[in-house]
Amino acid sequence: MKVSKEQALKFYETMCLIREFETSVKHDFLNGEIPGFVHLYIGEEAVATGICAALDDTDYIESTHRGHGHCIAKGADIDRMMAEIFGKKTGLCKGKGGSMHIADFSVGMLGANGVVGGGYNLAAGAALANKMILKNDRVSVVFFGDGASNRGTFHEAANVSSAWKLPTIFVNEMNQWASTTPYETTTAVKDISDRAKGYHMPAVIADGKNVFEVYAAAVEAVERARAGEGPTFIECKTFRVEGHFVGDPELYRTREYVKENAALNDPLTWFDRTMTRKNGYIDGVIEPQELEAVRAAAKEKIVKAKEFAMSSEYPDPDQYTADLYL
Amino acid sequence: MSIKSYREATFDAMKEEMIRDGTVYAIAEDINGNGGTHGRYTGLGEAIGDPGRVIDAPISEAIIVGSAVGAAMSGLRPIVDLRFSNCIPCAMDEIVNQAAKSRYMFGGQAKVPMVIRAPDGILKMQGAHHTDCLEAWFTHVPGLQVVVPSTPAEGKGLLKTAIRNDNPVLFFEHKKLMAMTGEVPEEDYTIPFGKARVVREGRDVSVIVYGIMVSRALEAAEKLAAEGIDAEIIDLRTLSPWDREAVLASVKKTGRAVVAHEAVRQSGFGAEISATIAEEAFGALKAPVIRIGAPFVPIPMAPNLEDLCRVLPENIYEGVHRALGRQSDR
Amino acid sequence: MVLFTRQELLTHYETMVKIRKFDLEAKRAREANEILGNVHVYVGEEAIAAGVCANLERKDCIESTHRGHGHTIAKGADINAMMAELYGKATGCCHGKGGSQHIADFSVGMLGANGIVGGGYGPAVGAALAARILKTGAISVVFFGDGAANRGTFHEAANIAAAYRLPVIFVCENNTWACATPSEVGHTQSVTEISRRAIGYDMASCVVNGNDFFAVYEGMKKLAERARGGEGNRCGILECQTWRPLGHVIGDTQPYRDAREAWARMCADDCIENYERRCIAEGWLEKKDFEEIQDRVEKMIRDAKQFAVDSPYPDASELTTDLYD
Repeated sequence: MKVSKEQALKFYETMCLIREFETSVKHDFLNGEIPGFVHLYIGEEAVATGICAALDDTDYIESTHRGHGHCIAKGADIDRMMAEIFGKKTGLCKGKGGSMHIADFSVGMLGANGVVGGGYNLAAGAALANKMILKNDRVSVVFFGDGASNRGTFHEAANVSSAWKLPTIFVNEMNQWASTTPYETTTAVKDISDRAKGYHMPAVIADGKNVFEVYAAAVEAVERARAGEGPTFIECKTFRVEGHFVGDPELYRTREYVKENAALNDPLTWFDRTMTRKNGYIDGVIEPQELEAVRAAAKEKIVKAKEFAMSSEYPDPDQYTADLYL
Repeated sequence: MSIKSYREATFDAMKEEMIRDGTVYAIAEDINGNGGTHGRYTGLGEAIGDPGRVIDAPISEAIIVGSAVGAAMSGLRPIVDLRFSNCIPCAMDEIVNQAAKSRYMFGGQAKVPMVIRAPDGILKMQGAHHTDCLEAWFTHVPGLQVVVPSTPAEGKGLLKTAIRNDNPVLFFEHKKLMAMTGEVPEEDYTIPFGKARVVREGRDVSVIVYGIMVSRALEAAEKLAAEGIDAEIIDLRTLSPWDREAVLASVKKTGRAVVAHEAVRQSGFGAEISATIAEEAFGALKAPVIRIGAPFVPIPMAPNLEDLCRVLPENIYEGVHRALGRQSDR
Repeated sequence: MVLFTRQELLTHYETMVKIRKFDLEAKRAREANEILGNVHVYVGEEAIAAGVCANLERKDCIESTHRGHGHTIAKGADINAMMAELYGKATGCCHGKGGSQHIADFSVGMLGANGIVGGGYGPAVGAALAARILKTGAISVVFFGDGAANRGTFHEAANIAAAYRLPVIFVCENNTWACATPSEVGHTQSVTEISRRAIGYDMASCVVNGNDFFAVYEGMKKLAERARGGEGNRCGILECQTWRPLGHVIGDTQPYRDAREAWARMCADDCIENYERRCIAEGWLEKKDFEEIQDRVEKMIRDAKQFAVDSPYPDASELTTDLYD
């Protein structure tokens, strides 16, 4: 699928924002400035970017514990995201959610989830509300990993989504690692998308480092969903570069293995290499300096976001019972 | 005796029991990748000479627990580790309907010897989905037993009992226990369920606690002692069954009771203790039972808000003062 | 095609007739309020329990559903103890504490009916895991309906059984009704053939006519041999397509469908009559063989009922027994 050069650059900008955001958060976490748990999306940027580019602000996404990338790609305010990770009152969740429970409902990001596989049913519920009661054509996307694909909650959400032709899009981020376990030791099939057949759900496999391929799959799935034709399963083959969480000593895989696979699967490197030569995704090429400028601008945004977070205050103590009930 | 961490002591418990009894096995997520929860299964398979009995599981709490029930009914003794207490709701049917009830409703045909280990409690800013203390839920389910160890030595002895026990056991371990060190006996020993221990004898007030709260209560007791207040501290060890006799004997002696847990105060296990004291030792009470627990909110991530949810030595200290009829800010 | 001895043919017929007459008696007793509580009968589906269990040994385990009398009988449980259990008597196989929905007989490898739809998958997988660790060579079967096929517990059990190569056969009794809801695509189902899901676990699968004992037997034989022989990932799905002729539970007035039509549909394709016709056509058995079994089983059920009626209820002191070991 061909896109305009502007669209391609927009993709790149989103991926750079995610990469720079995650790199900054990793650094700050290792410096002891961010406590709690942080799970990085480095290496998977093209998936969130490609999928969310096919969505409107009014469409929904359900995320995972590894949710920063989804949040950025869906258009959340970067400053407030950073503040949330630092637990500040200016954060998207007023400092109460943190990294694993980050959300921005104003752009349809219904939340990261500390429970693996916790998001399927929420996404299907949103899809049900929109299609069957509110009768609009909003779409719900649920991101999930290969590990989460073995949760029973997947099965239940997939069945009802297909039975009721809900506008749910199941995006499997097949990054090959379920925490410390390589997926093949606890899953009997090579392609998780094979399971879609058991729900009469169309499925497609996309190269997760190729943002255009991911985007094309998403566009088609969104069209089907809006037309009332039901769910789609998109399996994006990718690779988790960092450990499960920041601070993970990764005793279960070697440095060499990570380096090799990270290089093979890096979406930004792929984009750099592909866009600066003649390719089938845009007319013409993008000059290296244009890419550098986008990267530099993204980095600057993240620096500003961190400044915003650092200068923000923690929530007032009397806020701890706020937002419990309406 | 030797000094061991809680992690080491409970590792020893599992290793010894798994060598002693070839039907004991362990199953959890990441058990091979990083040794499971807090790395506490690292090397276990090699230590018992049978890696096949240390099973790496997918992220499927329902089947992890459900299959443990079936394996237990078929003659094995599973040790299940659910990583966080918040993962327990993913397997509620398997615990409450399957594990807890099979022996009773099948007229004694089924035996369900299994242990479910679940770290819980507030560490630092892990947020709402990784921090709950849920022990009270399961004290409400006939057929389950609930154990809450407080030290490395207690952890080892109670875990051995749990593994040998022929019933399903929920074994809640506060995350802060993992790094705690203490003296642990070398010999093979077990600690019975339903038998509390008096950690510190006292005259003025009975402080009834369990789990991580025991060490916090001891800290409060030291401060109180400096003021001439003599606190008796009781470590319940197990909540179902729990040692009513020990608690009532203590309250009848001191006339005042303070109950503290990190779990939410409303409907926490402290309510069961308070009600029992009111029912069976009312005449001995010189003051109402003081209950201390977390406020009724999901645990927020912001550090200052999270701190408001902790139950610390100073909260127990203030609670004792209230029990003694003195003013307190909290 | 499998060849049975005359005795085997008689045994299988007797199993199905026992189930039919037991459950018709249970229905009668419940309607007369001689038994109380929830009773779910297996009438019309007998060929499935009989055909599957005919391939199992005593050491093999089965997990059942809320509709479990047929599985319990087919696995070899004592009819008297079963009937007494329905009546809640002390002589029941669960000492009166389980009743119809939680009937069990561990002595014959029947690990329990389950009041939770989809509650049996996990224990069946666990039993297979235990069999491997204890090296007993046993296999596990879990029965489930088309409704239960949508519980997340199915997915987790299927994945782990396949990933660990455990000998578990998932037997779907697709009777097209999940309580009062028809299992239709677009309604609560995304597929008509539940066995399609085997693809997602790289499992073997087989779809058979659940009203034909011989088809069920052959399908199960293939899968059981794979499970025992250690071929592939050893587990499989056997989908038995059948029909539920009565309401979900005794007392269900079936406002959601025409009860007479539902019953008539079973009568037109009755698995027991199908068996008789086949045996006669092939010259394996005669009409009088069937009549003799029918009469004998009729007496068995009468005796079982009397046994149950004459048995005492459990003593009040039994309330707290069998809770812990």
